[in-house]
Amino acid sequence: MGTGHAHRSHVPGERPRGDSPVHRAPAHLKVLALLGFMLVVVATPREAYPVFALEAAVLLGVIAVSRVPLRHLLPRMVVEVPFVVFAVLMPFIAHGPRTDVLGVSVSEPGLVAGLALLVKGSIGVLASLTLAATTHPQDLLRGLQRLRTPDLLVQIMGFMIRYLQVVTAELGRMMTALRSRGCDPRSPRHWPVLARSLGALFIRSYERGERVHLAMLSRGYDGKLPT
Amino acid sequence: MHVPDGFLDAPTSVATGVVATAAVAVALRGARRELDDRTAPMAGLVATFVFAAQMVNFPVGAGTSGHLMGGALAAVLAGPWTAVLCLSVVLVVQALLMADGGITALGTNITLIGIVTVAVGWAVFALLRRVLPSRLAVVAPAAAVGALLSVPVAALVFTGLFALGGNVPVDLGAVLAAMLGWHTVIGIGEAVVTGLVVASVVSSRPDLVHGARSLLSERELETRTIEIA
Repeated sequence: MGTGHAHRSHVPGERPRGDSPVHRAPAHLKVLALLGFMLVVVATPREAYPVFALEAAVLLGVIAVSRVPLRHLLPRMVVEVPFVVFAVLMPFIAHGPRTDVLGVSVSEPGLVAGLALLVKGSIGVLASLTLAATTHPQDLLRGLQRLRTPDLLVQIMGFMIRYLQVVTAELGRMMTALRSRGCDPRSPRHWPVLARSLGALFIRSYERGERVHLAMLSRGYDGKLPT
Repeated sequence: MHVPDGFLDAPTSVATGVVATAAVAVALRGARRELDDRTAPMAGLVATFVFAAQMVNFPVGAGTSGHLMGGALAAVLAGPWTAVLCLSVVLVVQALLMADGGITALGTNITLIGIVTVAVGWAVFALLRRVLPSRLAVVAPAAAVGALLSVPVAALVFTGLFALGGNVPVDLGAVLAAMLGWHTVIGIGEAVVTGLVVASVVSSRPDLVHGARSLLSERELETRTIEIA
């Protein structure tokens, strides 16, 4: 188990709307650009604030060109909440010389590190969200294929993306059914019921996989997907 | 929680990226042995299942909630190589489409969640299966113990990476203690849920549980005559 994610209501597969040079750019270039950009951001020394400002400006420039509305991006930034908590704790738990901020004694290196963590992480989340908001999942798969990702891996990702909404909707219906029978899936007392539901979900997913495989074979699947 | 961008420095991120790439390449060949030409649809659907299972949040206490990581669970249900592929694909999709886990930290996340939890979970499970009597009833408890240990070990490996490439001047002993303490609690939750899920699949479709397959093949077909009065 990991700590909670808040993005769970958002399942990929929504078609990116809008049309801009960023939307039209080839997906493999966008992935490479994101990776290169983020490596630079991660390698930026933690006290190089002008460089951070420049990087943030570049990112905001790309977002402006893509015309993805901020009200689409900002709510999805909640994924970073767990590590924001960590970054905020940083000045209090790090060691080193102390300094006073607003009358509270905090660790100076911790403050610097926490701030850098917050800036780098937020740039990363915003940049990845921009890629997701301007790239259709199918284009992303083709882009990964062009980047020489092993074919089998791309196929697995393709199936995952294709069936994500089917399986999560199935889970949602199970949860509704549990709740309507007075079960509270969040209470540890009901974990056995919840676990049996997950077991059933696994069996259904596995059997769906078998049916999909047979359907593919009957349409001439030979290990490669027709493009 | 997935490691975000900037948590570990660039060399560590690149190094774990290389480790993750190599492990996924090996897993691609291994999964073909487990699933043959069914690999793409089966691993895809199991990955979807893992993603859906991770969506179920449990309250952990202190107002926070946790969710299943599923490394040990996927390894026991679908086989270790398939599990590595499924967890890795889930992490790639989460990073690229949901910004959950940084793209530069993808190698780190795959190494920790996709490889370490699966490897530890499966190793412990296989060991227990060898030591314990070969009965279907031991499959779920063995899976639970595997899940229990897989989480703190992943936390331990994370602390090691943090010592190598952490960007924060925090006392390592404190990080280690906090990570191990917290993740042991998380591991208990993971163990309970993994054990219960495996038990429920074993009781209804034991043939689908990879970790129980050798037990089923030992069974012989019995023909009994029934006296009808």
